[in-house]
Amino acid sequence: MAIAAPLASRPRRRRVSEQSRRSSLISYLVALVLVGLMLAPVAYIILGGFRTNSEITVDPSGFPQAWAWSNFGDVLASGSFWTQVLNSTVAAVCTTVFVVVLGLMAAYGLSRYAFRGRAAVYALFTAGLMFPLTVAITPLYILVRNLGLTNSLAGVIIPQIAFALPLTIIVLVPFLAAIPNELQEAAAIDGLGRLGFFFRMVVRLSLPGVITVGILAFIASWNAYLLPLFILNGEASYTLPLGTQAFASQYAVDTAKVLAFTSLSMIPALVFFSLFERRIVGGLTGAVKG
Amino acid sequence: MAVLREETHTEEAARGSRRPAEGGASALPPAVPSPRARSHWPKRAELLLLIGPALLVFLAFVILPVVLAAYYGFFSWSGYGAATDFVGLRNYITILTDPAFLEALGHNGFIVVMSLVLQGPLALGIALLLNRKLRFQSLIRVLIFVPYVISEVVVGLGWSLMLQSNGALNGLLEKVGLGGLATDWLSDPSVAIWTLLVIITWKYVGFAVILFLAGLQGIPDEITEAARIDGASYWQVQRYIVLPLMGPTVRIWAFLSIIGSLQLFDLVWIVWGQYVAGTAGTSTMATYMVANGRNSGSYGYGNAVAVVIFLISLVVALLYQRFILRRDSAVTTTGGAH
Repeated sequence: MAIAAPLASRPRRRRVSEQSRRSSLISYLVALVLVGLMLAPVAYIILGGFRTNSEITVDPSGFPQAWAWSNFGDVLASGSFWTQVLNSTVAAVCTTVFVVVLGLMAAYGLSRYAFRGRAAVYALFTAGLMFPLTVAITPLYILVRNLGLTNSLAGVIIPQIAFALPLTIIVLVPFLAAIPNELQEAAAIDGLGRLGFFFRMVVRLSLPGVITVGILAFIASWNAYLLPLFILNGEASYTLPLGTQAFASQYAVDTAKVLAFTSLSMIPALVFFSLFERRIVGGLTGAVKG
Repeated sequence: MAVLREETHTEEAARGSRRPAEGGASALPPAVPSPRARSHWPKRAELLLLIGPALLVFLAFVILPVVLAAYYGFFSWSGYGAATDFVGLRNYITILTDPAFLEALGHNGFIVVMSLVLQGPLALGIALLLNRKLRFQSLIRVLIFVPYVISEVVVGLGWSLMLQSNGALNGLLEKVGLGGLATDWLSDPSVAIWTLLVIITWKYVGFAVILFLAGLQGIPDEITEAARIDGASYWQVQRYIVLPLMGPTVRIWAFLSIIGSLQLFDLVWIVWGQYVAGTAGTSTMATYMVANGRNSGSYGYGNAVAVVIFLISLVVALLYQRFILRRDSAVTTTGGAH
């Protein structure tokens, strides 16, 4: 368009710009409706946290009359909420760190070493993507129990690492393979071996991919439900999703407080995602395009 | 993710007929030869150090449980002590003749199809919209992804409170004079499965949009700009240039969506729970597995159900790769797509 515009006669250009203005107006309108639909249920949860139970009973779809902060205050003052925040944080951070470290190491071995069985190992990891946790959960629970890890965060963290590895390796391999060979040669001339090259250069160069898989692993762990449901059965080891559900059934009559608890429990994942949204889409581009 | 469809390549490579991977775009790229080819031992040790830990964790906690499930599935076993009561195929016969399981399987099938039909076009539209140059673009993106980012528990609790018969949706309908539409969204068996589909679409359409946006970014601007200069309208460009180039990405998303639909558990369990899911007609194979396995103390039976879900997923995955994803490899090796 930018090139064509100077050649076009004046009236035509005006028509084009009017047309594009109208079409962009429609775009904004559609975007607004979409955002509204996506946010309405979330708004219901958050606004509900500011209401009182009698308000919610009388008018379930109304706005808060007098913005009651006490629901949030009560939740924040309860010890169990913070225990669950701590548990979720420990589980998510450990999962993320180990997935990134193990995934990066394996992806480096798979993308920069020629060895027999390389394709087979890679195919094995990609096959893991086809079978999410659901299929394995019953025997996995027995395995974790035999290892004596039920009711401990380690029993959640280790399987989460294992199930996050396929996606991590699939996203990271293209990043590592794309590092030019000349760089490695130059590093070799400067006296860096393959492992030295890995620690000094590769980790830094694959950072976009690392951030993508790190965020995905963190959010998956933060939101995980099925695995903690099987592994953790004491309140003290509950993560936020389990705690939120337990709170909801324990205080079933106190809808406002349940909504406040629910609102607070979604904040960390939202903050995390909004900080890194651009990176996630960018990091997946290499893995998705054919 | 593209790698899924490239398995044909890697399998061939494993069989020894290595071919240059450049044609197959994102197949496992050929390993970069080390600049310093030396004796084998340090290299093997390095490899073991690099790949060993990941492989060990993966084998122990992903592959081994599936193997264990296959073993325990042949036993009647309460989960404690050794499994000794070998029952052969009895668990499997019970599963495949249990009307409750067949009903759940039917729900899964319906969810697979409807998820593709509802989310695919919707997500493509949203991705095309978000790919335009809009003001507040990154804000709009983040807001549209909110449902995908928050946990299933939050989604399930929020929606179930909102959809109760005295909840916010019915209240809102009455307020705007559509009280006649108010219904029991969660427990009426003729409505509940559609309610589930709305929640699934709302929750997971963002995932499809993320993938599609990543795919759209892979389409070079020069191609679409050239078409615009040649006089093609915005919609013509999308229809005849962008959509065909999005084929591979869409097919990968569809694959992941199908597998996800076959394994659906969290949302149903949280919104409906073990018992209501059965009566409201929203049970899935996975909720059947947990209800009749662990929650009934029948670990042998639960493992057998896991094996059935595994086999169904495997057959679907292999058929999909054989008949749908194979096309992509053919296209990419002839240099067609990107």
